[in-house]
Amino acid sequence: MSTLEIDRVRKSYGHFEVLKEVSISIGTGDFLVLLGPSGCGKSTLLNMIAGLETISGGEIRIAGKTVNELSPKDRDIAMVFQSYALYPTMTVRQNIEFGMKIRKVTQADRAKAVKTASDLLQIDHLLDRKPSQLSGGQRQRVAMGRAIVREPKLFLFDEPLSNLDAKLRVDMRTEIKRLHARLGTTIVYVTHDQIEAMTLATRVAVMKDGVVQQLDEPQAVYDRPANVYVARFVGSPAMNIVPAVLEVQGSTATAVIDIARRPAARIAGITLSSEALQRYAGKKVLVGIRPENFSIATGAAPPSLTIDFDVVEPTGPDTLAVFQLGGVEVTARLPPKQAHAGQEAALSVDTSKTVLFDIESETRID
Amino acid sequence: MAEALSQSGKARLGRIVIYTCLLIVALLYLMPLWVMVSTSLKPLDEIYGGSFIGLPKVVTLDAWRAAWSQACIGTECTGLKPYFVNSLLMVIPAVALSTGIGAINGYILTKWKFPGANFVFGLMLFGCFLPYQAILIPMARTLGLLGLAGSIPGLVAVHVSYGICFTTLFFRNYFVSLPDELTKAAMVDGAGFFRIFWSVILPTSIPIIVVSCIWQFTQIWNDFLFGVSFTSGSSSPITVALNNIVNVTTGRKQYNVDMAAAMIAAIPTLVVYIVAGRYFVRGLTAGAVKG
Repeated sequence: MSTLEIDRVRKSYGHFEVLKEVSISIGTGDFLVLLGPSGCGKSTLLNMIAGLETISGGEIRIAGKTVNELSPKDRDIAMVFQSYALYPTMTVRQNIEFGMKIRKVTQADRAKAVKTASDLLQIDHLLDRKPSQLSGGQRQRVAMGRAIVREPKLFLFDEPLSNLDAKLRVDMRTEIKRLHARLGTTIVYVTHDQIEAMTLATRVAVMKDGVVQQLDEPQAVYDRPANVYVARFVGSPAMNIVPAVLEVQGSTATAVIDIARRPAARIAGITLSSEALQRYAGKKVLVGIRPENFSIATGAAPPSLTIDFDVVEPTGPDTLAVFQLGGVEVTARLPPKQAHAGQEAALSVDTSKTVLFDIESETRID
Repeated sequence: MAEALSQSGKARLGRIVIYTCLLIVALLYLMPLWVMVSTSLKPLDEIYGGSFIGLPKVVTLDAWRAAWSQACIGTECTGLKPYFVNSLLMVIPAVALSTGIGAINGYILTKWKFPGANFVFGLMLFGCFLPYQAILIPMARTLGLLGLAGSIPGLVAVHVSYGICFTTLFFRNYFVSLPDELTKAAMVDGAGFFRIFWSVILPTSIPIIVVSCIWQFTQIWNDFLFGVSFTSGSSSPITVALNNIVNVTTGRKQYNVDMAAAMIAAIPTLVVYIVAGRYFVRGLTAGAVKG
């Protein structure tokens, strides 16, 4: 049992509100990623869960127990920091043992815990070294070892991979995922990297300006972003957001988008609730299309739009083609060698993946 | 080829000029020391015979012996020995206390920030710029009220309270470069205020501890004004005793004894520099302990 409930939690420094009524609830074994740009309050929230920052309002419960007034050591948590925060004058072994020594764990039990953790993380050959003699990835492992021996109810990770180089970051990401699978401990993980969020999380909370924009499974966040902000933040290249006018035919809708010097694009067959169909018929909306939901039109399906490619960027597995649509720049992810700069192309759009947003509130229309 | 040769010739000439200049300056700088050492090793008659700068004809340690244990200070002819001990009794607790308190202050001001911490630090910084003379009378009054007037513990108290400003500055500036995550990690590990200080922060602070100790040791050992103001007679520190030896004499001025006494008074700070000097530079230039 190691659930985490964040119940209408607020944080303010003087008059400045960093977190505004944040509510998140996750179950045992969940991997929650707090995702957002710097300054969105995600690290503050993590520090509040850890007990390193006071809570201005609301409640945080770990395994059903309110921890607002508890000090970090009494919350049964372990934390991995961005800078690893290894104690520079202690060896790896002493670093890992430090917390256990304070909790007066016996020598024999300490040795056993160090052995288990160092085997798990493959750092047993480093135990007598000082942190300054380790590489970034090794320090990262030691920091995780220090957390693991605590056997906490909750692991907290504060941007643990952002100090590593690109290659190592991917390796360690896999490592963390594997660790979560083996230990099954509930994890809260803070990052600004949407790929980390997508790959690791069972639940993602996208945050902006101290407000949770969307809390859902990663795939749901990707497919059905709650608003334009989430749509743009998750996914790379970002989701294309294009202004359009909605035409309603029976139970489906068609988004009509202007294209310079060409007939307007018609993305037909978008399903919406009857309420939304009524409300938005003939109105301006924003259409969200993921780059991979464009494809070169084949004979079978009629093309949704005909455009000219401006720029073409081959990435290897696929080609990113940039063109103008509805007055904004749009990127399509196409199979390699299917697009050339200056080429005219007929594209179709996977309407089942198309999302509509209100042009005023920028929230998703269902 | 010829050009290259003349280039290297020019470079060599430059070197020679530089080293000659340095040598002259060094000799000039060492001159007083040389006069002190040679004079202290000469018998008094030889000095009055007119040889002041030259090598001693007869080398004798009589002057050193006299300065250490026989020279008269006021009415008592005990030499510098008891005053040297006084200075040690003053400097050791004063350095230890001011460095210790400075370390804790710096730790609180950086890792346990409270509202107004920067203001408090500003006030302490202000203390660094207070001239000694300005606090003499209030300090004398305070020591009187505390019953510490004219005693070595009183002098220790003065030096500690005056030194805290500097040591706090040293430690605060050093600790500010230690990542806050270090303290946070220790808190999550369950360590408290003093445990973090003792097990995590202090072990990383050896260079700045050495800097603080050297600085405080030199300041306190060499202080004359507080010593002469707040102590008297047999509780005086060595600097006051030295002044009395040199300035209060009957008959011929004993230059050799004066020189020996001055050197005895200077030796401890010299030793501290030689033993710990390399840490001094390292500590002053030390940046963050990159984790």
